[in-house]
Amino acid sequence: MNEKEFHDLLCRRRFLREVACGIGMMGLADLLAAEGRTADTANPLAPKKPHFPGKAKNVIFMFMEGAPSQMDLYDPKPALQKYAGQPLPESMASQLRLAFTKKDARILPSPRQFRPYGQSGIEFSDYIPHIASCADDICLVRSMVTDAFNHHPGQALLFTGSIQLGRPTMGAWVLYGLGSESKNLPGFVVLSSGVGTSGGASNFSCGFLPSHYQGTLFRNSGDPILYLSNPPGVTPEVQRAALDLAGDLNREHMAETGDPEIASRIANYELAWRMQSAAPELADLSTEPQHIREMYGLDDPKTRQFATNCILARRLVERGVRFVLMMDASWDQHTYLNRDLKKNCDRTDKPAAALIKDLKQRGLLDSTLVVWGGEFGRTPIVEIRNTADPENAGRDHHPLAYSMWLAGGGIRGGQVVGKTDELGFSVAEDPVHVHDLQATILHCLGFDHTRLTFRHMGRDFRLTDVHGEVVKKMLA
Amino acid sequence: MRGWAGLVVWSVSAALSASAQVDFRRDVEPILTRRCVPCHNASLSQNGVRFDEREAALAGGYSGPVIVPGKPGESKLIQRVTSTKKGFMMPPAGPPLSPAEIGVLRTWIETGASWPAQENKAAPAATHAPVAEPRHWAFRPIRRPEPPDVVLRSWVRNPIDRFILNRLEREGIQPSPEAPKPVLLRRVTLDLTGLPPTPEEVRAFLADSRPDAYERAVERLLASPHYAEQRARAWLDVARYGDSDGLEKDLVRPYAWRWRNWVIEAFHRDMPFDQFTIEQLAGDLLPGATVEQRVATGFHRNTLTNREGGTDPAESRFEQLVNRVNTTATAWLGLTAGCAQCHDHKYDPLKQKEYYQLMAFFNRSEEVNIDAPMPGEFGEWMRRRPEYLARREALIREFDVEALQEEWEEKIRQAMDNPGKDPDWDFAVANNRPMLDRFEYLLRKGKKRRTERENEAVFYQFVNSPGPFKPDRDIDKLICLREFRRRLAALDREYPRLTQAMTMMELEEPPQTYIALKGDFRARGLPVEPDVPAWLPPLPKDAPRNRLTLARWLVSRENPLTARVVVNRIWQEFFGRGIVKTSEDFGAQGEPPTHPELLDWLASEFRDNGWSVKHIVRLIVTSSAYRQSSHVRRDLLEKDPENTLLARQSRLRLQAENIRDAALAAAGLLNTAIGGPSVRPPQPAGVAELGYAGSVKWVEDKGPARYRRGMYILFQRTAPYPMLMNFDAPDSFTSCARRRRSNSPLQALNLLNDPVFHEAAQALALRVLREAPPEARIDHAFLLALGRLPNGRERQRLEQFLSGQSAALAASPETARKLLPLAPGDAAWVGAAKALLNLEEFITRE
Repeated sequence: MNEKEFHDLLCRRRFLREVACGIGMMGLADLLAAEGRTADTANPLAPKKPHFPGKAKNVIFMFMEGAPSQMDLYDPKPALQKYAGQPLPESMASQLRLAFTKKDARILPSPRQFRPYGQSGIEFSDYIPHIASCADDICLVRSMVTDAFNHHPGQALLFTGSIQLGRPTMGAWVLYGLGSESKNLPGFVVLSSGVGTSGGASNFSCGFLPSHYQGTLFRNSGDPILYLSNPPGVTPEVQRAALDLAGDLNREHMAETGDPEIASRIANYELAWRMQSAAPELADLSTEPQHIREMYGLDDPKTRQFATNCILARRLVERGVRFVLMMDASWDQHTYLNRDLKKNCDRTDKPAAALIKDLKQRGLLDSTLVVWGGEFGRTPIVEIRNTADPENAGRDHHPLAYSMWLAGGGIRGGQVVGKTDELGFSVAEDPVHVHDLQATILHCLGFDHTRLTFRHMGRDFRLTDVHGEVVKKMLA
Repeated sequence: MRGWAGLVVWSVSAALSASAQVDFRRDVEPILTRRCVPCHNASLSQNGVRFDEREAALAGGYSGPVIVPGKPGESKLIQRVTSTKKGFMMPPAGPPLSPAEIGVLRTWIETGASWPAQENKAAPAATHAPVAEPRHWAFRPIRRPEPPDVVLRSWVRNPIDRFILNRLEREGIQPSPEAPKPVLLRRVTLDLTGLPPTPEEVRAFLADSRPDAYERAVERLLASPHYAEQRARAWLDVARYGDSDGLEKDLVRPYAWRWRNWVIEAFHRDMPFDQFTIEQLAGDLLPGATVEQRVATGFHRNTLTNREGGTDPAESRFEQLVNRVNTTATAWLGLTAGCAQCHDHKYDPLKQKEYYQLMAFFNRSEEVNIDAPMPGEFGEWMRRRPEYLARREALIREFDVEALQEEWEEKIRQAMDNPGKDPDWDFAVANNRPMLDRFEYLLRKGKKRRTERENEAVFYQFVNSPGPFKPDRDIDKLICLREFRRRLAALDREYPRLTQAMTMMELEEPPQTYIALKGDFRARGLPVEPDVPAWLPPLPKDAPRNRLTLARWLVSRENPLTARVVVNRIWQEFFGRGIVKTSEDFGAQGEPPTHPELLDWLASEFRDNGWSVKHIVRLIVTSSAYRQSSHVRRDLLEKDPENTLLARQSRLRLQAENIRDAALAAAGLLNTAIGGPSVRPPQPAGVAELGYAGSVKWVEDKGPARYRRGMYILFQRTAPYPMLMNFDAPDSFTSCARRRRSNSPLQALNLLNDPVFHEAAQALALRVLREAPPEARIDHAFLLALGRLPNGRERQRLEQFLSGQSAALAASPETARKLLPLAPGDAAWVGAAKALLNLEEFITRE
């Protein structure tokens, strides 16, 4: 190709691109693809095929930060009553790593009432009757195991597969692997409720993956996405006119320099413009009918915040967003366990269950994987900081055995996986390490977790580090 | 597979039936060879264990002996092959050993584990005789190649060009013409200082017709303090600099900037890179170390600190050591050492043992904060000190705090010595320990033996966290302390403080370093001493094994890596990609250099010219290769799509900090002050709240601090400034040798709508209106934003925009007033300025 042909090509591209603006930017991507440039030059988030067809297309991860107490919610341990007030046997105590409690602390029974729910008869505590009512859709894992016993390292292990900070998080990996179906919204969205988390932004960081895989935080007040609204005083007309001017000048400069990166920049400005209308539409819950509002508890001050996030999660998934991370803090009940755990359950139980039921009635549960859990569990022994106040009792961090649950895409509901010993101290059957959970989540999405890799520092990194096995029992 | 396993069983049982006595050659060796040696041999020795050779096998691995003759029960070999625990049982793949095979091994060990000397095999020494010249290019000595001959000699400005052009000529590719003068000036100004050229600088450069006009501009820029800022920013990436602890509460480090100042100053003086290295790694160990040399050791204080209550101090310390080893390896050696934390490196010769030998250098050190006053601070502090101390003493007496502190210290000491006695005080220990560095050591040392600084640190720790006083029991104490705290804070505000610095010091009694098996600090393996990897040049024989020796070794003439790694990173700043693309990995898995001889020439030039960074930078930016046009060439798209041959320059998106700098500079808002404490520009509410339990506070700076350069924005690791993250600033948890350049819709929203950038658009509009007559405004705006004049079509399009918007805004005066409280025609300039600041060209250096 000589210079003239090259110039002609650029002009033709330019012309087509100007036309393409009218028909939307996917046309541009197609055009670039037709010219031998991959579509992802223009849109790195274009949908991609996994290794094999996965049952789940989207993930909603309800991260209950701080470590919810499994023996007060999901894993009934009547034996705690029997041994109440005694120390742990030496064989157990010697394995303990504790943050605050001493190894000879006494066994603390759970005052909770458990009873079986649904056809599957899975037992749940009286604090979470709504989640319990979804028993037949839930795969309850009572045998989770992790390696970390402090919050930030534990969260890093759960979301990145390593306690050393700096690796990509689960949402970023999934977006990297699958791209996003949404053309108007980010592919990995984070919703937060309660107080902040230990992990903060490192729970949705892209690590060493390109920054477009980073989770985008939807905010609870102000703009749902940072910098979404026009600055004060800038009307949509003024904004659009400035965008058009910038677009034309960009195209002029692309003709001059021949750099396709400029086309990508133009496409991102158009996507940003579409987000400016799509995100407020998404966040506007006034269109939700009354029965849905009641189902989630949207108008009850107690449940409003978490209900808002649950409905948003559903609306995000409906709009093709790939990964929704809900972070709720804090479930770190070192003290006043009964009182504070109840508060948390009262805030979140009803909306969480409503999300499952709502997804199901819309036919979305089959393609949406829902996960509920924290970064580790809590001890069967008591932690007490004010010895004068018995209500002060709580539980310390415990990584050796805890519970999480999954539902929806790819998961067989109505079953319990794994067992803990009599005291709930360690796993007696089918241990599921955090890395196994990650492998299973990726499997539901159609990935072989050992092959979803990214080369960095001379090594092919993956979410499951060098570990992880798919837990077949959990699969549908 | 079945047949193979069956064969083994058959041969073993046959052997056993033939004789009760186990014969090593006949019975044992085949098992070892088939099932153990594949992972445990001279070249791959998992956990340091080998079964291919007698002495090595009997010596054992990183966790000690694996074969204890006569004691099969104590032999790890037997424990492992009889285990069924995943991750522990051996072999890890394939079927487990059969009972018969295990029986053979057990009997063999029981009867003394005799292992006859090799007869027919080659002498084992041959397998690990020192290799004269390492096979991998990066580990070979740096030689100084002759710059090659070229045909197009007129293109050559310095030896760099010979290497580049020689390669192009061999490929039959023409270099690109020199970039137009305005592009060239904007490029070199952004690359050297991180700021765009001013219109005056552009005009002066265009008017300068001397043949060395460009070189003169380069010298002007090299002498600018902004040159030092820009080089420093690149080093901060490598040094994983941040302004907060990085974990959980993520406390701000109020004096982290003191080390950053040192770095800027070092680049400004063009401190030789060998000295730069030695002072940062071991400034405290230099004879008669100055305060500045100790400040330099803040390099390794940029690790994360976990202050979560109940954190295991041993684990925290180990994580910090890991971070220090990995960062040192990335920054100087271009090695991905992290792999060897858990096992021998799979691709590079780095053994796990060698990893912990490197760690041993750092394990001999401890963190210590020192007074590091800035010029002029100390005199004022000293003058007012007696008065301050007198008033503080009076206050302490008034509230009788001394007795309270004594009681607190005593209770803490008791709880440390007898844990489990009093849960309240156990809790106080667990909570205090992570908050004050070396808490236990200081408490045990006692008031009388502590230095004044140490006593001050303990005093403030007590005042701020006085322990388990309970409202029902100690109400008087609590009220008293709260009031005391308030009064003390008020008093402290009245008096000047000395700037502090976070530094390293050598321990008098360093702890023994052990190999951490599988990288787990709790699984203690064999002890190791400080040393450098055996496959790199050795340390001087008699040198003490400390950080100073390590630092000197890194910058010794013989070290093949440091000079290459550093010039490669410098090169990357000016071409967007290193001669070795994987600037963090010079190992076997990294990419080979595109121009190996050029890399070595630059490395030797660097080393032989006093390790002068400025010298290398000057060579690069004055080369013809650097000065080429960056226009994409169709003829190169197929031949060299990644532009590795450098037949043109590359168009590079600016780094996060420089995008902010460029917008503020074009707008005339930029505060160009150098160094000092980090700043908090406006940030939307809710960003900081993401941090742990509301512990992260973002109190916006008022006044000029809002307009400081991007590199001074306080980096709160768990809730970083969003604009920086949107544009690929590193997270600063680990060393970053190379940033990404992504392109996302969030970047568009950021530049369009962030109040900081909107303010810049307004200011740019105002500036254009004030500084230029109506007919020259478009030119002036282009000069301010892009450092060039518009072409005809661009001018026309802008005119069309201005007239259209003026008309629209005239019809809607309220809208106009909100944009800019001036005439509608003037308000239209805000939109124009916004468009200019959002151009791809604006955030790109061409």
